[in-house]
Amino acid sequence: MKVTLKVWRQKNRNSPGSFKTYESPELNENMSFLEMLDVVNEQLANRGEEPIAFDHDCREGICGTCSLVIDGKPHGPHKGIATCQTYMRSFKSGDEIVVEPFRAKAFPLVKDLVCDRKSFDRIQQAGGFITVRTGAAPDANSIPVPKPDSDLAMDAAQCIGCGACVAACKNASAMLFVSAKISHLGLMPQGQPERYKRAKAMVEQMDEEGFGACTVTGSCEAVCPKEISLDFIARMNRDYGVALLKGDPKAIKGGGAG
Amino acid sequence: MATLNSNVPSGPLAEKWEHHKFYTKLINPANKRKYKIIVVGAGLAGASASATLAELGYEVHNFVFHDSPRRAHSVAAQGGINAAKNYQNDGDSVHRLFYDTIKGGDFRAREANVHRLAEVSVNIIDQCAAQGVPFAREYGGLLDNRSFGGAQVSRTFYARGQTGQQLLLGAYSALNRNIANGGVKSYTHAEMLDLVVVDGHAKGIIVRDLQTGAITRHNGDAVVLATGGYGNVYNLSTYARGANVTASWRAYKRGACFGNPCYTQIHPTCIPVSGDYQSKLTLMSESLRNDGRVWVPKRKEDCGKKPADIAEGDRDYYLERMYSAFGNLAPRDIASRAAKTVCDEGRGVGETGLGVYLDFSAAIQRLGESKVRERYGNLFAMYQEITNENAYQTPMRIYPAVHYTMGGLWVDYNLMSNVPGLFVLGEANFSDHGANRLGASALMQGLSDGYFVLPATISGYLSSQNPGKRPATDSGSFKEAEENVQTMTKRLLGNRGKRTPDSFHKELGKLMWEHCGMARTAPSLEKGIKAIGNLREAYWKEVNVLGESNDWNQSLERAGRIADFIELGELMCRDALMREESCGGHFREEYQYTPDDPETKQGLVNPGDVKRRDDQFAFVAGWEYAGTPDKAPILNKEPLVYEEVKMSTRSYK
Repeated sequence: MKVTLKVWRQKNRNSPGSFKTYESPELNENMSFLEMLDVVNEQLANRGEEPIAFDHDCREGICGTCSLVIDGKPHGPHKGIATCQTYMRSFKSGDEIVVEPFRAKAFPLVKDLVCDRKSFDRIQQAGGFITVRTGAAPDANSIPVPKPDSDLAMDAAQCIGCGACVAACKNASAMLFVSAKISHLGLMPQGQPERYKRAKAMVEQMDEEGFGACTVTGSCEAVCPKEISLDFIARMNRDYGVALLKGDPKAIKGGGAG
Repeated sequence: MATLNSNVPSGPLAEKWEHHKFYTKLINPANKRKYKIIVVGAGLAGASASATLAELGYEVHNFVFHDSPRRAHSVAAQGGINAAKNYQNDGDSVHRLFYDTIKGGDFRAREANVHRLAEVSVNIIDQCAAQGVPFAREYGGLLDNRSFGGAQVSRTFYARGQTGQQLLLGAYSALNRNIANGGVKSYTHAEMLDLVVVDGHAKGIIVRDLQTGAITRHNGDAVVLATGGYGNVYNLSTYARGANVTASWRAYKRGACFGNPCYTQIHPTCIPVSGDYQSKLTLMSESLRNDGRVWVPKRKEDCGKKPADIAEGDRDYYLERMYSAFGNLAPRDIASRAAKTVCDEGRGVGETGLGVYLDFSAAIQRLGESKVRERYGNLFAMYQEITNENAYQTPMRIYPAVHYTMGGLWVDYNLMSNVPGLFVLGEANFSDHGANRLGASALMQGLSDGYFVLPATISGYLSSQNPGKRPATDSGSFKEAEENVQTMTKRLLGNRGKRTPDSFHKELGKLMWEHCGMARTAPSLEKGIKAIGNLREAYWKEVNVLGESNDWNQSLERAGRIADFIELGELMCRDALMREESCGGHFREEYQYTPDDPETKQGLVNPGDVKRRDDQFAFVAGWEYAGTPDKAPILNKEPLVYEEVKMSTRSYK
């Protein structure tokens, strides 16, 4: 099979970008989409043209590095599948395929199809953790966790931090991502002491990064490679609301060593 | 010659670690902040070490080449993590985990390190559970376990099929907390390209910012490498595409010895190669072997038939036949080699003939499809996505693929290399898995090194260093190292050859798989050394790297890494040639039992079983760089001394 690619090329953030059209060489339908790009890039390099920059690493759908909007859909045509696990048999010979980067103000473009998603790290640094010093943990079985809670936490924890939810949303909202992180920890007994403080800090950081508000249209859930449920956004909103009602904890007066 | 002193403390095995921690010098809490530690990598080992060192009060600088510290390939581990908790009351103990690991490693690991690993395994689970890692649980709310990778006890903790991601997110959350409170300074898209050695001590690194191309110098009182394994030397592997040996290799070229480079793990259950375009092999979790039966047709003539058309009596369930006690759960190296043997006999299946069946029909009959779906649904879905085949209806096809490297930079008991001040953790070091790693032990080792071992041992070295005397980044060694990096970049970009870096990587991969793969022989290894040497020379003449140095340039990144892989490949072949025995993942065809050996006659082994030669090869090979890539490296040996266990023939009959 052969396809025509319309690919976004942009040297860097400060230069304007545009679509360029490339004819693929002969392909095999068992190739992954990224292997197809590898083959096209080898062809470009052999012609002395600079290869298309794109992000990828594990190529097994778990590291969250690959991105790409394929024919208008983040991570391509299939539900619950990342770009790296999309195969060419999902396309027909002769297809024209449009490939773009994830676009959002909070994901500034690096080059061609690569964007910078460090804003996700900063949101997690704001509070996406349980404070526990190495070595201070009690025996693991001293904290029973009801299986349904644990399973639901695991549903949320599956998020791979790829940012497809942001790319799909017309407001470039990160609420599915942030709510998955907040819900994972907030559902576990270990996460209770910091539950509301965490929700408030992460939501505030999300806003500061320039992500938009939720549209409740669910496009995020539709493209999520781990099929994270929209329900977690409701859970996040509730925790954030409670955090606002509770207000900040009172500052401790005095203190110091006795 | 380098000196490889293991620095294993004296005393009874089970007390060594406690004693060692007591006798290791500490750093006064008020002084800790004066020490600056560079950590390269943020997989399980790097993230856990960075977080823990920062909690102790050290100033930590963490570097990753990824866009985020959450992407390291630890994230992809599926199966689980071992710990000697004995929550299942099935007879597990620290000693049993220790013994299983030593035996699994075919008596080529350092005894004291492995015992320590088993000891701290229990603390790892506590730590991760407290961080909120959503481990699988039973209905009573307590942790669930499964048997994994041929262990006869259930000691593996897991989180669906993504234990690696969940543990990494735990370590990453600890890292994030310490980034937020200022304990760790995080550098992303930052690739280490050289180690700076000042007066024989590791005191800094040279880093390239992958976005801007800027080269910067960073100094520290110690340098910690947690940069993973080097399986991508084979090009096709289950590793992430970006995984590379560059940090370790540049340290090797600065004097750090490379330990046992030829010990490679070839995982038995991967999806077979389908074509030349392939970039990556996908692992199907080993847990599938708990319920799947491995077979090939008894007769070559049947290989082209549909599996359903091959009668039960015409199938060879070869693992069950050859290893009755362990059957389909035989350890990885054994299962992989058996698959190669039956395929070499012409009985492999699939288009290429390099595949065996993993059949779930018996399990589906016994348990029902819904139960099988519940256990392995995500894996069956992944298999279907890649191969377009439904494994509920037809057996999966699997074949071994490169999955892990047991070798790595040589370290002593303190995880310090022979270059003082350079510490190496996780898969990047050689120490705990010997010649073969057991399933669910990689996650354990990464976290053990990072959370518990390094933070306790590094103070021994730091206490000998005055933090006020840290060499400044404008000193000669830093300048020289930076120039070294600049020269290489210029050389790569200035070369006007005709071939892409990737074409060399593919060629190297084929050479490595052919000459240094699952079965090795002296003549073939000698050929490999020659061919790879030629490839190295061709590389610098013919490679063409496009783009610029002061820009995001993936071709340049890869070109540097591939240059290192080519040199490493040669070293691996040399190591495999030197090691005239078969052990674990290293199988030399010349060294297997024949019907005439006394052990065979006594019934202790079968003809064809691998022959380890303890009298001559019970040592760690620590290879030392000889100054230029074309000079033969120097072999240093660390004898392996077993105080507690008796080295025995590894049998899984």
